[in-house]
Amino acid sequence: MRASTDQAAVGSGLTPPSTLVKIIGVLFSLALTFLGLTAITFVISRVMPVDPVLAIVGDRASNEVYQQVYLQLGLDKPVYVQYLKYLGQLAQGDLGSSIMTTRPVIEDIKRFFPATLELATVATLLGIFVGVPMGVFAAVHQGRWPDHIVRVVALLGYSAPIFWLGLVALLVFYAKLGWVAGPGRLDVYYDGIIDPVTGILLIDAALVRDWEIFRNALSHLVLPASILGTFALAYIARMTRSFMLDQLSQEYILTARVKGIPESRVIWGHAFRNVLVQLITIIGLTYASLLEGSVLTETVFSWPGIGQYITNSLFNNDMNAVLGGTIVVGVCFVGINMLSDLLYRLVDPRIR
Amino acid sequence: MKKLRTILLGITTAVMLGMGASQAATPANTFVMAKDIADIITMDPAEVFELTTGEIIANIYDRVMMFEPEDLQTLVGGVAESWEVGNGGKTITFKIRSGLKFHSGNPVRAEDVAWSLQRVVKLNKTPAFIITQFGWTADNVDGLVKALDDRRFSVTITEEFSPGLVLNALSAGVASVVDKELVMSHEKDGDLGYDWLKSNSAGSGAFSLKTWKANEIVTLDANAGYRHGAPGMQRVILRHVAEPSSQRLLLEKADIDMARNLTPDQVKGVRGNSEIAIDGYPKGTIVYMAANAGHPVLGKTEVVQAIRHLVNYEAMANSFLAGQFVVHQAFWPAGLWGALETTPYKQDVARARSLLKAAGHGDGFELTIHTLTNSPFPEIAQAVQADLAKGGIKANIVTLEGKTLWPKYRAREHDIILARWSPDYVDPHSNADAFAHNPDNRLEAKLTGVLAWRNAWADDSSNMLAVKARNELDLGKRKEQYLELQTMLQKTGPFVIMFQQNEQVARRNNLRGFVSGSNFDLVFYRNVKKQ
Repeated sequence: MRASTDQAAVGSGLTPPSTLVKIIGVLFSLALTFLGLTAITFVISRVMPVDPVLAIVGDRASNEVYQQVYLQLGLDKPVYVQYLKYLGQLAQGDLGSSIMTTRPVIEDIKRFFPATLELATVATLLGIFVGVPMGVFAAVHQGRWPDHIVRVVALLGYSAPIFWLGLVALLVFYAKLGWVAGPGRLDVYYDGIIDPVTGILLIDAALVRDWEIFRNALSHLVLPASILGTFALAYIARMTRSFMLDQLSQEYILTARVKGIPESRVIWGHAFRNVLVQLITIIGLTYASLLEGSVLTETVFSWPGIGQYITNSLFNNDMNAVLGGTIVVGVCFVGINMLSDLLYRLVDPRIR
Repeated sequence: MKKLRTILLGITTAVMLGMGASQAATPANTFVMAKDIADIITMDPAEVFELTTGEIIANIYDRVMMFEPEDLQTLVGGVAESWEVGNGGKTITFKIRSGLKFHSGNPVRAEDVAWSLQRVVKLNKTPAFIITQFGWTADNVDGLVKALDDRRFSVTITEEFSPGLVLNALSAGVASVVDKELVMSHEKDGDLGYDWLKSNSAGSGAFSLKTWKANEIVTLDANAGYRHGAPGMQRVILRHVAEPSSQRLLLEKADIDMARNLTPDQVKGVRGNSEIAIDGYPKGTIVYMAANAGHPVLGKTEVVQAIRHLVNYEAMANSFLAGQFVVHQAFWPAGLWGALETTPYKQDVARARSLLKAAGHGDGFELTIHTLTNSPFPEIAQAVQADLAKGGIKANIVTLEGKTLWPKYRAREHDIILARWSPDYVDPHSNADAFAHNPDNRLEAKLTGVLAWRNAWADDSSNMLAVKARNELDLGKRKEQYLELQTMLQKTGPFVIMFQQNEQVARRNNLRGFVSGSNFDLVFYRNVKKQ
């Protein structure tokens, strides 16, 4: 495969780009992506009919106080000057300070993002470990009752309003059955007992071997992660089923079966390996979208994540916070894309 | 496959281990409440003007004058033990209590009090107007507010204000006494400790601020050496729970002691629970409609009067507002000194129609009601829309977030606004100055903090009476003047005042002693105890 590609390149008179050129290309495209991202967000913030000054001074402020803050924020300058000033600060790693929390945005992100990372990671893992086998199972039993059940479950998970699902889950598993802890990341009595290292409570508690806090954090995480995981699970199961059906109808599968290869190997060793590249794309996108923060889940479960942070900031036109959050989301998407590219090469020799 | 099964088993076991780890009740020495605390943007009393921080600083700082939880009707000295009015009512000399200490252990001195007030004026943040209205500026405040010795300080006003009003204003959040030595030790670039005090505390009140994590939690620790004795609870926790349904579940599970933001439906839902009690606290927040007097139709007195007669106040108060708002039709809230408690308006469609006819709009007209997105404003707007239709007025409703609505209101870009208003401090002048006093109605005057100006309405007799009441030295006469002013504004002016808030708080039965007064910053935790 590689030989033919090389021959094609030689034949066309082109030489493959060097690693350095590739890296420069990637960096250039990254810079362009972030420039576009910040520019669009900045312009949106300026056309929104929300007054950032009022977010700080309140609606009762006198005109004198209003003007004072208006000038402090530099809103008297043209938009492009404001944008260039922001880019200048950004280049020095300064995301500015948030109006709503009064802290540097970078500090806020360090606090809010790990909460979302923890939630999204567990939810995605749930989606992978339950959704993928479900999808494979449904594809193998296409048209029979296991397939119907999986399809209904996937449809429900995909279409049920997450807000409603969250409240019902809280009512049943927290309020009625008492199996799990309620809203929040920890019971309030444990707050501040361990110093954050990663900001991911399960890891921080494990690092200091405080298993009581670990259990409590886990108990709080189970429900929101499951709810968010239901969405991930439904999507991954549906797509896995579809990809698998496509592969199972291929001639090489028929050949493998005719050769008498055990069915489990045909499914997992042949068909499933061929859907991995597509699955990685789906899982990557799902994970990235969960990392944006699920505002509704975060609201119902009082989960102090990046989704709530960005949404609250947006409502208050806290643009430093919105831009900071947007950059984090952008980094997540780009990072996951790059990771997906890397994984493609691992699972599919044709891409190497 | 075997490996996968092992992993799944591991996860399940870990999850099961985690289950049920939550405690069944809050600790006996900790008061935990769920509240939407997303409005907190600062803890500095020179800047605090939000509902949540208003009540938090009331528990952290002693003020010059105070309303105490034991008697919310009587103004008493906070750090001030006694005071004397002199210089024709323009100078008040205060003597502060002896032995008071800040949380840091520093003594509370007259110098701290004077500096706290000077600091508010010099920083000039939004609530500073409460005391700068006395003629204090960054340039003259050091001479007008000064410490005389360790225990005495004086304030001198340059305007003709009633001393009663000055004393009332000195019970507002901006009159919180901060620890000068501690704050100045954190000063940066001459900011008077502004940056540090945004997220720290330096008071002498019943509690000190332990932590504030935005959108997550606020923790207060008791001040065992408080002048009224140690608070009932060693710790108070305000936990950010934005969703009322989640607040209800937490309360029912006893994971919190109090839920502050339940909707009427949820209050109804927990009423049957024998372990939960519902308390009602009349608040100073009023709900009103304001018609832009610059509008060619709404500028006519008869039209606004017709609208007053078209609204069915009782129907709303008895249905979807049940328990959370009561009918109130004057600009100063009921239950406070100087409040007019009469409710002369009831729905009278025939009278409204005749008023509209007299104004030349018997065939009706069309207008837009701008209001807030949060409950109960959209519901009220819809009810009003139906009421106005009975008079032939076609009302369109536009709901907006506050941050989008207020710029329109401040720029006079509305027909009718349906909104809320709370007093800034406990003196009728606080609301009279907003509703009845517009000294310069020109657009370029930009008196954006004044509701009358926002509605392009100015009236000489209203202005004169508001100033007269503001300056009146005799308490009895002053009260009469405010009653007269409220009566006047019930008949004229752009406002249709409709309701007053009744805060409903759901608490666990074993919790006692929570006090929520009429104003947003009169909420006290220090008497809370658990049985």
